[in-house]
Amino acid sequence: MPRTLIAVFLMALVTYIPRVLPIVVFRREIKSVWLKSFLRYVPYAVLGVLTFPDILYSTGEFLPSLAGTVAALFLAYKGKSLLPVASGAILTAYIAGLILHI
Amino acid sequence: MSAKEDFCYGFTKGLPIALGYVPVSLTFGLMAVSGGIPAWTAILISLTNLTSAGQFAGTNLILENAGLLEITLTTFIINIRYLLMSLSLSQKLGPEITLTQRLIFGFGITDETFSVASMEEKKLTSAYMFGLVSGPIMGWTLGTALGSVIGSVLPEAIGNAMGIALYAMFIAIIVPPAKRSKPVLNIVLISIGINLVLKYVPFLGFISSGFRVILATIAGAGIGASLWPVTDNSAGAAQNQSNMDGGDVSRCREH
Repeated sequence: MPRTLIAVFLMALVTYIPRVLPIVVFRREIKSVWLKSFLRYVPYAVLGVLTFPDILYSTGEFLPSLAGTVAALFLAYKGKSLLPVASGAILTAYIAGLILHI
Repeated sequence: MSAKEDFCYGFTKGLPIALGYVPVSLTFGLMAVSGGIPAWTAILISLTNLTSAGQFAGTNLILENAGLLEITLTTFIINIRYLLMSLSLSQKLGPEITLTQRLIFGFGITDETFSVASMEEKKLTSAYMFGLVSGPIMGWTLGTALGSVIGSVLPEAIGNAMGIALYAMFIAIIVPPAKRSKPVLNIVLISIGINLVLKYVPFLGFISSGFRVILATIAGAGIGASLWPVTDNSAGAAQNQSNMDGGDVSRCREH
């Protein structure tokens, strides 16, 4: 058990450091247009990368995951907020899974 | 806005994130406990790590009895992306925010809180940041508690379907701005394309998933910055009106 707790502590540490280091150390305004644009675009790039292709395996099976993905894209395109999009995707993936295993 | 209103506004912005976290952290609690980790340890992991990919991977390695170095390194690599996010956020924080405040709310920077904060139009205050991160911290912890306690009675099919929740949240965050801004859409597609190449081209297989996320992000945002530089505050974005505007200040004040 102590080993697990040490591991948890180390995990927490290496999660916390990258989060706070830049906002603590870096307090000047960046002047470079390129760098500003780069940082502005980071959230879109990183969320896209985190989502695809991993979402297609997220429920353990391809087809239900694909169905859930399509549902999420559709609901988000319709301007629905976080929770409806997440619930819609879960529900669609669940139903697709049921249909698949009939 | 006063500090109280700022906190309130941030809190309403964080609420949908908090609710979206519940199914994801529930899945985590379920996974940890069914793997043999006590419920209180699973909750402790969520409370101290507050991250999805990193703690899922780290916990899996704990369950596999991996070495401490491997656990730490893997978690760190997956989390290096926070450096980019935090650097990006540093440009939106007012200079009046103290070191202590930064050290505290910095803990709450996640993919989602970062995205929501970075899509705000104005400079961010510490009160806003505290408000924004407090709901998601609770949602993540409570969901884990719920998953580790009732997880065993949850039908497997439902547990599996919940695995998509986290990604669906990501989609809900990126689609609206991508709809409004061509550069944003292009950057998302380019980044995903690079990610696919790094993941599936055989001789690139040695790149770990954490490094892959960083490389694809840097390349995608870098290409975007070169092709579509943002010259003023309005350009980048089209993203300003995020789709979470449902939580407006007036509603917050009523409570």
